[in-house]
Amino acid sequence: MLEPHSPENEKGASSPDGKRVIRVALAGQPNVGKSTVFNLLTGLSQHVGNWPGKTIEKKTGYCKYNGYLLHIIDLPGTYSLTANSLEERIARNYIIKERPDVVVALVDAAILERSLYLLTELLLLQVPVVLGLNMVDVAEQRGYQIEPEVLQAALGIPVVPMVATRNQGIKELLEAIIAVVEGRFPYNPRRPEVRKDHRDVLVQLLEIIKDEIPEPYPGEWVALKLLEGDAEITKMVRERLDDHRWEEVHSLLKAHEDAILDVAGGRYEWIGRMMRAAVVKPRLGQIGLTERLDRVAAHPVWGLLVMAFILGGVFWLTYTIGSPLQEWLESYVVQTLADFVSGYLEAYGAPGWVQRAVVEGIIGGAGTVLTFLPILFIFFAALGFLEDVGYMARMAYVMDRFMHFIGLHGKSFLPLFLGFGCNVPGIMGARIIEDEKARLLTILLAPLVPCTARMAVLAFLAPVFFGPRAVMVSWGLVLLNLLVLAVLGKLLNLVLFHGEHMAFIMELPLYHIPNLRTIGITVWRRSLAFIKKAGTIILAVSVLVWVLASFPGGDVSHSVLAWVGQKLEPIGRFMGLDAYMMVALLTSFIAKENAVATLGVIYRAEEETLATVLQRMVPVEAGLAFMVMEMLFIPCVATMATIHQETGSWRWTAFSVGLLLVVSFLAGVIVYQCLSL
Amino acid sequence: MLWPNSLKPLSEVLPGQRVQVESLRGGRGFVARLAALGFTPGAEVIMVQNYGYGPVIVSIRGSYIALGRGEAAKVLVKTR
Repeated sequence: MLEPHSPENEKGASSPDGKRVIRVALAGQPNVGKSTVFNLLTGLSQHVGNWPGKTIEKKTGYCKYNGYLLHIIDLPGTYSLTANSLEERIARNYIIKERPDVVVALVDAAILERSLYLLTELLLLQVPVVLGLNMVDVAEQRGYQIEPEVLQAALGIPVVPMVATRNQGIKELLEAIIAVVEGRFPYNPRRPEVRKDHRDVLVQLLEIIKDEIPEPYPGEWVALKLLEGDAEITKMVRERLDDHRWEEVHSLLKAHEDAILDVAGGRYEWIGRMMRAAVVKPRLGQIGLTERLDRVAAHPVWGLLVMAFILGGVFWLTYTIGSPLQEWLESYVVQTLADFVSGYLEAYGAPGWVQRAVVEGIIGGAGTVLTFLPILFIFFAALGFLEDVGYMARMAYVMDRFMHFIGLHGKSFLPLFLGFGCNVPGIMGARIIEDEKARLLTILLAPLVPCTARMAVLAFLAPVFFGPRAVMVSWGLVLLNLLVLAVLGKLLNLVLFHGEHMAFIMELPLYHIPNLRTIGITVWRRSLAFIKKAGTIILAVSVLVWVLASFPGGDVSHSVLAWVGQKLEPIGRFMGLDAYMMVALLTSFIAKENAVATLGVIYRAEEETLATVLQRMVPVEAGLAFMVMEMLFIPCVATMATIHQETGSWRWTAFSVGLLLVVSFLAGVIVYQCLSL
Repeated sequence: MLWPNSLKPLSEVLPGQRVQVESLRGGRGFVARLAALGFTPGAEVIMVQNYGYGPVIVSIRGSYIALGRGEAAKVLVKTR
């Protein structure tokens, strides 16, 4: 399942410039500053991809130090190494199967006891571990006195105190890694042992399975994971044992079903022993900054106000900086390029259709991608900032009680909310949800949030059909979208996930001073990922739709698209829409705001404005049906490409499109038929 | 449900109260996740925020953890 590594990654190999290669895996729980350390080590040499077949980010990079080339791989942040989540499976499979030369376990010194839990699991995997003791400054502020040398002596592995946000301890970390590889460090790790009550069971288990453990899994570790009830390992062992021996294993496990609590408890006891001499805890009853801030930020009422204020700020930034920038890009950069290219093509006598294909199809499509960037950039920056400070988790906490009504939990709120600006960052924002099912459901629901482009169409059409009542109708349509979102959320949860309750368990990290470098690199990476992946799909589909809308007749009213529209007319009749309106709806697939532009082209009016033509040609009932459908219609190309990028599956992308197609058509029919009664 | 005098679900612990984890109920995945976060029998938990509805915040082993009300109800604790 894992990629075969290239020869240069092999242990002891040399890089082309004669440097020795060391493969280092960076492990740590969430919120311990792992990205900051990774960025400091690798700078811009980092490469971001996905873990094979998965949609979880895989970051790798290089670092040259003292004649060594360190190959650094950032493992997903995980609390433990039991197969509770995809991240945990990826992290441990990498260590077991790829055998890195050194694993750096990064821990938060301010939450030392809990962060060391991952170390207890790493030490069982028989790879050399170096402990990076990050955020020692925060720990000091919280009143902890930690002596790294004492901890090092207790653990028997190198312990490096660090303040990554101030670039402290990075060199020392590299030195420690090299010292372990060169065998200069007396590496002699203590390992946590299982408590007496379960030690015998463990021996018995190992005795039964010992001949069936596949390479390269450590036998004792497999037995321990069986005892912990680890789903992935249980399945692996089940597949290898004959029925008789499996029965033995099964009855042993059944008699010790709650072993996980005992095993975890034993590990925490061990951590307590390791810390005893090295750490002096603060006096109890001291109330820190985090707790004081949370009295407001996590309060059920004040918390909502704080959130409204912060999110209002994000949207304000988007409109005051992002939208003008977007317009500028569209009217100057894209237009100038288009003029230049068409002038060039004309000078060389290219036929008219070639000129239009290049200018309207290719440059137009690329322009769409480009104009998305300012808004995405601002959203990513705001997101990165709120995440780095530690505020994001509070928002999820405050919104949790409301999100349960639609079968989701607090973490889905922000991605859905961002969708009001543009569905693309909303769907990308769903990455913060660890639970796969909740993430998928959020992605499927996100296109129902009315984005600014749809609001623009509404702003044009509502006054046309409803005059002074336009505002009321607009609000009604937005509410309808949210209602559909809530109902579909409940329904999808029931059908796809059998109404499973999504457990809300989330760490509220301590508030931190944000690290601008980390945020900057994240924004850069995400923007690049959007251009590379979603961008190519958007461009391809835009060109394709342009072709369909321009041939063979030369314009949209004499094109393949118009032909499709005519074929759809019998369906359109159910919602009172003629072929033209159907075509307009179809072109909103490229970008929602296209609906109005297309109507403008088709109902080309010489002396009247589009508004008056529409008033004359389209009855109010049909107008409302059209608006309802436009609001609920299939995601635009950019959103669709992002859904594919984030789910990694064409099946779910097709499901999303199909679902919204059905929903919007149904809604259109219901509205038209009810009003025509 | 009736609990012995000193036992109750974590969701019913008042803010500022200090209790000890007694046991966890629920599926394997759920128990394993909480155990990794430090919710093991005997661990000390301080209730930080509990308004009687909605999720709660607790402090355990030096970290703050938010739990949905349903999740908190599955953690049985001992008061002293």
